[in-house]
Amino acid sequence: MTVPKTDQPAVHLTAPLLQQVSPPSAQPGAIVGLATPASTSKLAAIARGEKVETITHAAVSRETPVLEVLRFNLWYGAKQALHEISLPLPEGKVTALIGPSGCGKSTLLRSVNRMNDLIDTVRIQGDMKLHGDSIYHPAVDVIELRKRMGMVFQKPNPFPMSIYENVVYPLRVDGERDRRLLDETAERCLRGAALWDEVKDRLHESALALSGGQQQRVCIARAIAGDPEVLLLDEPCSALDPIATNKIEELIQELKGAYTILIVTHNMQQAARTSDYTAFMYMGYVIEYGPTADLFVNPHVKETQDYITGRFG
Amino acid sequence: MVALVMIVGLLGLIFYQGGATFWPGPLVEITTHDGRTFLGEVTRSEDYRLDADTLNKLPPAIAANARALLAAHEGQMRRRLLRTGNFDLTGSEYQWVSDYEVVRETEPLWAVTVERTDWGNCYGVVQGFLVTNELRVKDPARAEVETNDPGTAWNRFQQVHEGVRDKLANEHYFVRLQTRGGSKGDKVYDLPVEEVVLAYPANQLSFGGRFKVYLTRWVEFLTDKPRMANTEGGVLPAIWGTVAMTLLLSLLVVPFGVLAALYLREYARPGPIVSAVRIAINNLAGVPSIVFGVFGLGFFCYLLGGSVDQVFFRDRLPSPTFGTGGLLWASMTLALLTLPVVIVSTEEALAAVPSSMREGSYACGASKWQTIWRIVLPRALPGIMTGMILAMARGAGEVAPLMLVGVLKHAPELPIDGVFPFVHLQRSFMHLGFHIFDVGFQSRNSEAARPMVYTTTFLLIVIIALLNLMAVWLRSRLRRRFQVSHF
Repeated sequence: MTVPKTDQPAVHLTAPLLQQVSPPSAQPGAIVGLATPASTSKLAAIARGEKVETITHAAVSRETPVLEVLRFNLWYGAKQALHEISLPLPEGKVTALIGPSGCGKSTLLRSVNRMNDLIDTVRIQGDMKLHGDSIYHPAVDVIELRKRMGMVFQKPNPFPMSIYENVVYPLRVDGERDRRLLDETAERCLRGAALWDEVKDRLHESALALSGGQQQRVCIARAIAGDPEVLLLDEPCSALDPIATNKIEELIQELKGAYTILIVTHNMQQAARTSDYTAFMYMGYVIEYGPTADLFVNPHVKETQDYITGRFG
Repeated sequence: MVALVMIVGLLGLIFYQGGATFWPGPLVEITTHDGRTFLGEVTRSEDYRLDADTLNKLPPAIAANARALLAAHEGQMRRRLLRTGNFDLTGSEYQWVSDYEVVRETEPLWAVTVERTDWGNCYGVVQGFLVTNELRVKDPARAEVETNDPGTAWNRFQQVHEGVRDKLANEHYFVRLQTRGGSKGDKVYDLPVEEVVLAYPANQLSFGGRFKVYLTRWVEFLTDKPRMANTEGGVLPAIWGTVAMTLLLSLLVVPFGVLAALYLREYARPGPIVSAVRIAINNLAGVPSIVFGVFGLGFFCYLLGGSVDQVFFRDRLPSPTFGTGGLLWASMTLALLTLPVVIVSTEEALAAVPSSMREGSYACGASKWQTIWRIVLPRALPGIMTGMILAMARGAGEVAPLMLVGVLKHAPELPIDGVFPFVHLQRSFMHLGFHIFDVGFQSRNSEAARPMVYTTTFLLIVIIALLNLMAVWLRSRLRRRFQVSHF
């Protein structure tokens, strides 16, 4: 297992976690004036290489965080992809990451279960905490860590085996052999992924023979089979048609509460429909983070509004 | 395009020549102008230029006939090669007969082709049937003949032929044949029935009868041991040797090659050492196969085999058990030879496994080995099978190294048989590829060997094709399991 060398151990625990922001009325100009000069724009500041602080809505701090991202930085070789990310993810809620392509949404998501360890050139600074346990501490067992999370990828990636074996795979790698437990898990997870009725008669056929939407739901069933604390969804609907997308979105609504969900999406309507909290990312920075309703209707930062109204991106 | 023509041409030639070997042709009896008579099967014919000297020395009537033939045939003279057999009686087996020499040509009704256990084929016209209490008929003129009628004699022969070799009897049966010896003169020959492997009246056969003989000869070829310095009889030991060696070779090379490829692709950190190993593997593929043979002889046979003998077979020394060429060492040598093929194709198959599947597995909390064992290897299996197919195809056709590490001209003992411990890895064996070389270039009678060369080549191609088809079938079954739907 390749673990990237972290030049500095992950210790920023005493740093202020969140920058509390006053209500929107404190910055009236930023919302009203559409034609802010480029020099004062945050986007321009980022382009110049200046640091930009995250604007976090006060409502976020009232939730209990399950996963905390603490001043997290990440480099691909010499290029910095994430800058000082600080996000608390509320328990049992859906948090969406939106932003233009290449802004670091997927990188952030993949950092949560340390999938970026697989890339040799990655270097990180800062830490994340899952229920208070450090994720990036050198003593952490990555495999045990990943078992506490489920992940669904952009493209459906069922394994070349039967539907049943796909779903119980996390148990299989744990060495579980109890047939009854496996059967129960398979049924529970397939029901959880709203797929049971469609596949219950052909559990032992290849998962690769399913349609794309079904394959993605198999992947979701697989992700929840290990009974994870956090569910990471990396653009789960981008390869699917509208009907399959709709089913997955309904599914997210049903899974909410039982699982804490972090979802990356390109589709702002989807973020608005499915999530409770939304973080807007740009060029490796989290520009604004708050309850979805507030962020979409009443953003504190002008750039967020520009993005969600389609002025750039 | 050129490649296609070459392949079709080559296969066509081999299939035509090899397939025709066992087809029973008619027997012709030819009397030439100088009074010689030949009886035999026409094997082939060719045109040649008749020189003026020979033409001038001929008697006038024959010369005139020859000139007429030449004029009708654009100055070319046709000659036919007769297989006259009866090597024990005449000292030759083949005879060229030019068309101008022929004064009489018939197809005798009772001419028979006889395959014998010794001395090759015998051709003659049935004259009678004898029973004696001695192994040989010493004086044909005074021996008592049971019948002089060819039909009755043939019936008697067919009655007694079946099972004659199992019977310990005082009676010995003979078929009286009129043989033609050309310049050596004609003889009456009493053919012992015990010596007959297969006999048929070639000129009386219908198409169905010919086909039956054809099949019988194929079956004999495939299931018998070789006779007469490999030019007669079957090639069963060679088939066994080839198949056993190829299977053993793939059993040895696949695990080794897959492990090596796994290490190189999944575990080794890219760097100068891995690059050097890769270069070495690719170079290994370019080493001449005879070099592998020398290595196999030195390392496997003498060093490894010698040590095995020292430890386990001390009582049999100095005669070697494993310390000489044998099936195991030959397979190991060829496994080394084909290792690069397996490594390269396995590496490619591993690289072709989508990274999304590995990531999916890691995200489920699988370790690296679990991911490789449960996801990567099954997915790469068709590619690994491709490597195995290529290795088998290369290994089965290789002859040069085998000559050094265990293949013999004649080893009728099969490497796998019913005697404990059933698989005799230390035994020398026969191989179709070497058989072709041996029959074609090392045998006493190159004319008789020629059709055998084609037939054996044909058989080698068929066996390799069958082994490959088996592997391809296995691969396609695996592929179907991993089929990706198109949504």
